[in-house]
Amino acid sequence: MSRTDWEVVIGLEVHSQLNTASKIFSGASTAFGAEPNVQASAVDIALPGVLPVLNRGAVERAIRFGLAIGATVAPKSVFARKNYFYPDLPKGYQISQFELPVVQGGAITIRVGEGDKAYEKTVQLTRAHLEEDAGKSLHEDFHGMSGIDLNRAGTPLLEIVSEPDMRSSAEAVAYARALHALVRWIDICDGNMQEGSFRCDANVSVRPRGQEKFGTRREIKNLNSFRFLQQAIDYEVQWQIERLEDGGTIQQATVLFDPDSGETRMMRSKEDAHDYRYFPDPDLLPLVISEEWIARVRGGMPELPEAMKARFVADFGLSAYDATTLTASKEVAAYFQATVDAAGKANAKLCANWVMGELAARLNKAELDIAASPVAPAQLAGMVARIADNTISNAIAKKVFEALWNGEGGDGADAADQVIDCQGLKQVTDSGAIEGLIDEVLAANPKSVEEFRAGKEKAFNALVGQVMKASKGKANPGQVNELLRRKLQA
Amino acid sequence: MINASLKTLRAALDARQISSVELATLFLDRIQAANPALNAFITVDGDGALAAARAADERIAAGQAGPLTGIPLAHKDVFCTEGVLTTCGSRMLANFVSPYDAHVVTQLKAAGAVTLGKTNMDEFAMGSSNENSWFGPARNPWNTAKVPGGSSGGSAAAVAARLAPVATGTDTGGSVRQPAALTGITGIKPTYGVVSRYGMIAYASSLDQAGAFAASAEDCAPLLSAMAGFDPRDSTSLERPTEDYGRLLAAPAGNKPLQGLRIGLPREFFGPGMADDVRATVEAALAQYRALGAITVDVDLPNARLAIPAYYVIAPAEASSNLSRFDGVRYGHRAAEYGDLNDMYCRSRAEGFGDEVKRRILVGTYVLSHGYYDAYYLQAQKLRRLIAEDFRAAFTQCDVIAGPTSPTTAWGIGEKTDDPVQMYLSDIYTIAVNLAGLPGLSQPCGFGADGLPVGLQLIGDYFSEAGLLNAAHRYQQATDWHLRRPEGTA
Repeated sequence: MSRTDWEVVIGLEVHSQLNTASKIFSGASTAFGAEPNVQASAVDIALPGVLPVLNRGAVERAIRFGLAIGATVAPKSVFARKNYFYPDLPKGYQISQFELPVVQGGAITIRVGEGDKAYEKTVQLTRAHLEEDAGKSLHEDFHGMSGIDLNRAGTPLLEIVSEPDMRSSAEAVAYARALHALVRWIDICDGNMQEGSFRCDANVSVRPRGQEKFGTRREIKNLNSFRFLQQAIDYEVQWQIERLEDGGTIQQATVLFDPDSGETRMMRSKEDAHDYRYFPDPDLLPLVISEEWIARVRGGMPELPEAMKARFVADFGLSAYDATTLTASKEVAAYFQATVDAAGKANAKLCANWVMGELAARLNKAELDIAASPVAPAQLAGMVARIADNTISNAIAKKVFEALWNGEGGDGADAADQVIDCQGLKQVTDSGAIEGLIDEVLAANPKSVEEFRAGKEKAFNALVGQVMKASKGKANPGQVNELLRRKLQA
Repeated sequence: MINASLKTLRAALDARQISSVELATLFLDRIQAANPALNAFITVDGDGALAAARAADERIAAGQAGPLTGIPLAHKDVFCTEGVLTTCGSRMLANFVSPYDAHVVTQLKAAGAVTLGKTNMDEFAMGSSNENSWFGPARNPWNTAKVPGGSSGGSAAAVAARLAPVATGTDTGGSVRQPAALTGITGIKPTYGVVSRYGMIAYASSLDQAGAFAASAEDCAPLLSAMAGFDPRDSTSLERPTEDYGRLLAAPAGNKPLQGLRIGLPREFFGPGMADDVRATVEAALAQYRALGAITVDVDLPNARLAIPAYYVIAPAEASSNLSRFDGVRYGHRAAEYGDLNDMYCRSRAEGFGDEVKRRILVGTYVLSHGYYDAYYLQAQKLRRLIAEDFRAAFTQCDVIAGPTSPTTAWGIGEKTDDPVQMYLSDIYTIAVNLAGLPGLSQPCGFGADGLPVGLQLIGDYFSEAGLLNAAHRYQQATDWHLRRPEGTA
C-alpha cells in the first residue's frame, strides 16, 4: 500500500492588542512594563459594584480593521460574558463577543514562498471580535504561591479568526505576517510580539488529500513569534500524521508549544473543556455602529497595501513583484514613497531597485528596521538622481551608498553630492579623456586586441575592464563600450 | 422631630430650630435604643454622621442648603461607601471596606444628606424576608416576630420605626415595594436606568434598580430626585434631563384631585392567591381613589403569571456570573485552610455564601449551561418581552395600574424559610414590573386582620415617576395610613 498523501488544514486565531491609550472598559492606562498592579483601576480589579464602560477608540480600531479587509462592520454587535474561574480573571468572566461579533467576513491576500515558486492566495476571515485581556499569573519568586499582576487585565484585544484556509505552515506564517503588517499599517496595534501585542493560536488538522471532511483538529495556543508558529505547526502536523499512520486517532485538544524542546504537549482534552456559559452582558448595551461612524473612519483610513501596490504598478511602472515587496510593511512603503517623492516619478524603478537591493541587504545585515536606516529617503533619492543624470555609474553608486551609510556627506539631502565631490567620484564622460585611456589600454594589451580581432568577444570585455580600471571606475561604461568598439573596428 | 416629614425637618433646619448635628444625634440615639430589637442596621457610622452633620450645618449657615442638606438617611448595605463597611448582608463581604462611593452615595453626599449607617438586607439582595442575612434577620417594627420583607428589609424597618426619616433600597424583583408594604411605608422603584447602578453591588444587572423609602410619597420625591440622573459610568444609565419628581405635588388638592385618572386593575392581580384581608384593604383603597376622581378599568396582563418562572431564570443566570468575582483572591472572605487553587475557590465560596445565594448560583449556572441555554435563558428572555408587551398594551387603556403589593401581610420569621418556592411566590405582584423595567411604588393603605400593614402597589408607564408619586400623594392627603406608626415611635 502506498503511503497516504496528507493534506494539512490550518486556521488561525490571532489576538491583536489594540493600541488605545486606556483599557477597553476602564480609564486605566495600557502602557506596557509598569510595576505590577499600578495600572489596575477599580473596574480592572473587579471591585464590588463597578461597571464597564466601552472605550470607543477600541471600536474605531475594529472598524478600521473591518474596512481594511473588506468585511462587514456589524451595525449591531453584542458583548457577552465568557465565564470561568481563574485568579488573573478578576470578574470571573471575560467580556468578549460571541454570537454577534463586530467584524464579520473579509479576506486577506497573502504571498507565499520566494522567487519562482512564490504564489498568491486569498485567505477568508470568519470574524473579528472585541474583547478584554486577562491579567497575568506569576508563578516564580513567590515561594510556593502565585502572584497576580492585573495591569494587563482589561487591555483591548481584537481576536481575528480565519477560515481553515491554509494548507501549510508556510501559508500560515505568510498569513500571520500579512495580518501583522496590516494591523500595523492601519495603526491599530503596535505588533510587538515580545510584549504579547500579537499572539497566534493555530488550529491544525490533517486529512487524506481528496477527502472533503476535515480531520480532528488540535489547537496550539499562544504562539508569540512567526518562527514558533512555523515550528509548532510543523511538529504538530508530523505528530498527527505519524499517529494516524500508526493506526491511532486524533482527539480534539488544546496543546502548548514548548520552544525549548520544539514539541507540542497537551494542555486539556475536549472532555476537560470549559463550558463558558456565554450570555449577553447585561452591563453593556448592544454596540451600535452607524453608517456615519463607519464613513468617518473610512475617511481617516490610510491608503491600504493593495491599493498602493496597484498604484506603484500603474504610476511607477513597477512589476507586481516589486510592488508587493515594497508594500510588505508600512515602513518600507513609506520609505519607498518618500524616496520617489524626492527623486521624481521617472526614477521610481531605480529607487525601487535600491530600496529592495542594497538598502534591504545592508539593513538586514545590520539588523536594523528601515525606519532606523542611517540613509534617509532624501539622501537615497539624491544619489539615485546622480545615477539617473549619469553623474555616477551604478558601480560607483555602490561606493557612494557605502559612504552615505557611514554618515559621510552629512545629514542633508545633498549628502550624495558631497560624497561625489569630496571623493572625486564624478563619472568621466568627456570623450577625449576616455579615448586617451582607450589608446593607452590598446597599446598595452596587443594580445587582447588580436584575440578580439580573431572573433573572441570575451577579449572585448577584458579590454573594457582595463579601461574602467584605468579610469578608477569613473568612466561612463556605456561610452567606454561604444568608443572602444569604434576604435577596434576602425 | 422623629416623626416629622422632610418638609417639617427642612423648615426646622433652615429656621435653626434644630441643627443637623442635633437631628443626627436624635436618630443615632434612637438607633442605639431600638436597633438591638430590630436589627435594621448592620453598621452605624456615628462619627461619619456627625461629621457630615457639622458640614451640613455650615452649609445651612452659609445659606447653601438644598432639600436634603442636613437630613439623616440610611443606605442599604448594597451600596459601596468609602471607608465604611459594605457587606451586602454576606459573610463573603463581612470585612469589606470599599475604597469608593457608589453613585447614589456620592449624589446624596453632594446633596448634604447625613448618612447614619448601612442597613440590613438579604444576602446579595436575594430574598423576600431579610432572613437571608449573615447578620441575622431584620425585624418588622409592627411585630418583631414578623419579617419586614426583603431584600431591603433593614431600610424599610428603619424608616417604619423612625430610626431614619428616609432610606435607600434596591429593587430587583420587588425588594423596595414589598418591604415598604410589609412595614407600612412608601417605597418607589423608578424606571430601569433612572438611577445609576455604579457602586451598587450587582445581583441581577438587567433588573436591579435603586429606589427610595420614606413615610410618604412627598418625602420619597426629594430623595429620588437626588439619587437619579445620568451617570456615564453606568452604560445602562439613561441620558435624560434631571427631574424634580415632586413637581406635581404642590398643586392645590381640590375636591377631586385625580379627576379623570384611569386606574387599570389587572384581572391577574385580583385572582386567587391574595389573602382576604389584603383584598378587602386594597378594594377599600381603590374606592378611595374613585372618590378622588379616578376611574378604574379592568385590564389584562395575560403573561404576568409567567413572571416568576422567567425571573427565576434570568435573575439567577445574571447572579451566577455577577457573583463570580467573589472568589477569595483579591478581597472578601477566603477560607483559612485550603489545598490547591480549586479547593480555595470551593471552600471560600462555600463558607462565604449562604444557602439562598448558593441556590441561585446553582440555578443560574444550570440555565446558562451548554444545552440548556436555549431552553431556559432564551425562553425566559422571550417571556420577558411578552410581559413588557402586556404592560404596553395595558397602558393604552389606563394611566396607572393598581393592585396589591404583596399577597399577604408580613409573615412570621422562620415561617417560609424551608420552602423557597413559597417564598418566591410572595413577589408575584412585583416581579413583572422589574422584567418590564417599569416604575412602581408601594404605599400603606390599611391593615390586615393581624394588625399588620397592607400595601397598595401603583405601577406607571416608563418615566412616570412624578405622576406615580402624585397619585400616591393625593391619596395620602385624603388618608392617614402613612402617618400610622408602630408602637414605640412616638
